[in-house]
Amino acid sequence: MAKVIFEKATRIYPGTQTPAVSSLDLEIEDGEFMVLVGPSGSGKTTALRMLAGLEAVDEGRIFIGDRDVTDVQPKDRDIAMVFQNYALYPHMTVAENIGFHLKIKKRPKAEIRQRVLEAARLLDLEPYLDRKPARLSGGQRQRVAMGRAIVRQPQVFLMDEPLSNLDAKLRVATRTQIASLQRRLGVTTVYVTHDQVEAMTMGDRVAVLRDGILQQCDTPRVLFDRPINVFVAGFMGSPQMNLIETSVSDGGVQFAGRTIPLTPTQRAALTSEGVTLGVRPEGWDIVSPNEGVPAIVEIVEELGSDSYAYVTPEYDPNRTIIVRPNSAQATPHKGDHIGLVPRPSAIHLFDTATGVRLPD
Amino acid sequence: MMRRILRPVVVAAGDRTPSSGAAVLAPPAPIRVALRPRRSLRSRRARLLLHCAVSLIMVVWIVPTIGLLVSSFRPSSELSRSGWWTALAPPFHFTMSNYENVLSQQGMGRAFVNSLFIAIPATVIPLFVAAFAAYAFSWMEFPGRDLLFVVVVGLLVVPLQTTLIPILKIFADWGLTGKFLAVWLAHTGYGLPFAVYLLRNFIGSLPRSVFESAFIDGASHVTAFFRLAVPMSVPAFAALAIFQFLFVWNDLLVALIYIGLSNSQNLPMTAAIANLVNSLGGGWYLLSAAAFLSMALPLVVFFALQRYFVRGIVGGAVKG
Repeated sequence: MAKVIFEKATRIYPGTQTPAVSSLDLEIEDGEFMVLVGPSGSGKTTALRMLAGLEAVDEGRIFIGDRDVTDVQPKDRDIAMVFQNYALYPHMTVAENIGFHLKIKKRPKAEIRQRVLEAARLLDLEPYLDRKPARLSGGQRQRVAMGRAIVRQPQVFLMDEPLSNLDAKLRVATRTQIASLQRRLGVTTVYVTHDQVEAMTMGDRVAVLRDGILQQCDTPRVLFDRPINVFVAGFMGSPQMNLIETSVSDGGVQFAGRTIPLTPTQRAALTSEGVTLGVRPEGWDIVSPNEGVPAIVEIVEELGSDSYAYVTPEYDPNRTIIVRPNSAQATPHKGDHIGLVPRPSAIHLFDTATGVRLPD
Repeated sequence: MMRRILRPVVVAAGDRTPSSGAAVLAPPAPIRVALRPRRSLRSRRARLLLHCAVSLIMVVWIVPTIGLLVSSFRPSSELSRSGWWTALAPPFHFTMSNYENVLSQQGMGRAFVNSLFIAIPATVIPLFVAAFAAYAFSWMEFPGRDLLFVVVVGLLVVPLQTTLIPILKIFADWGLTGKFLAVWLAHTGYGLPFAVYLLRNFIGSLPRSVFESAFIDGASHVTAFFRLAVPMSVPAFAALAIFQFLFVWNDLLVALIYIGLSNSQNLPMTAAIANLVNSLGGGWYLLSAAAFLSMALPLVVFFALQRYFVRGIVGGAVKG
């Protein structure tokens, strides 16, 4: 168990100009569950592979505990990794797969058996110990890959989208299993995913990456409530935040005939007249058409516990705003004319030119 | 055999479509049901065509072999009078005398042992060397790796015959001519480019993450080679072993050049069979029996290893 520190770590793939990971500064606390999230090509997997030693670090340093591991071989870093495709050894049984590391380290046979059995018990794999991976289901293979990591009792767990090959139902179940297992073992974990729901539900803290650059690293709550820029605002949360580009004039942000006032600090932080207004689906109040922004309901998605209305405002028929009516309000129907009012506490303001959040 | 291997794959592919799609996308299901008969009809027709082609090729290849087998049991007097297919109709006149004759020939038993003694090391040595090389070309980073690989594969175009005289000269200088070691070395050299090429392609296409996982688990290259690359490449080794064994077993030229008629006690069966005609003149009717004897062992080898041709063992390594 140890702290992990990325210090200006950069990776430039040979033959490319732009870095895949660009001077990444990240401190992961001892025992923390850190999730790296971002769209494909954001460098999250590259960052993980740099930590694993599978990818060279072109600039900067990486520390595990107090040790500088920048130039240390993967096998000497005392880490365990779970791969997206599990990377099981096909010719070995489940027990041999889990015990591979211990066997290489030439531990006594009795100890290997004991530790493999413990790991298998933890993951409900005991009945399958003598099977080969080809005869396991996807979920079982995933658990074998987890077992192979757990049995090592490493300083750091690295997980590269371990759930992306499971079906939706199993993914949700395994998500909580992994999170609770990590809490129980208390091992520092770096978890890569492109799924912001996974990131929000599993991580103690979440680091959002885009084009190799760290955007924001904070607790899921803060990422959701105070996204640092338009990208994070749009990426975290599902369905995503409504981002509406508008402009500033006489004292406030103009939105569909209304004025949202700006504080002097917000005004000072603005680099131009363009402001992006961000309101999450649950941040709207539905009122009668003549009170709020008039709009027509196009589609209603009924999910049982929630429902989402896709509405087209009258001022711009090409735009769609996603609205989640709160439980106190009646769910609108397709074709209804409604009025929308953003709740003041739910409004996020960003500078359109830079994408940066305006100070509160 | 082919059918049995193919069927589970087809079933698995069919299973996947409904299971992944049905839960999320209910609407397309009826469309798929409607399409199914037509698609299966088309695939059945394609399969029929495939079976016909395979059967035709098989017949073309197997008829001469059957002819050889039948001829080897016919008396010499009938052999020269009528075609082998006439023997298939009664009255039957089969005899073992050809085989008795061949087996009683001087040196035939010894030649058989010589052939084994040449073919086994000449198969094992290049396989070992090629496996190491293939692993290095696949999973070890070193400068000039790709260039070196291209050079090795480029050696495939060098005709074996152009090397005979220079290598014979070298072997003569080293005092190797007439010895088994000369033939082992020669066959190793001739077999390596293809062996390296085939094994590199196989080992290089094993899932990268399996090796990365092993390196993180603490494996060195030596461990990764023996515990991962070798066991996962068994089908490729088996295929290559059969090729190389058959090539060496059927080889006459290399053995004749590097061992030479003057060291006839070391010559393999191919040379002994060739001598059969020379020494007996009209004894050509013995050829069919001798040829069939020399085919027997390769057939055994092939049937022993043929399951590795069709069955891969990589299943289950990555997702699936």
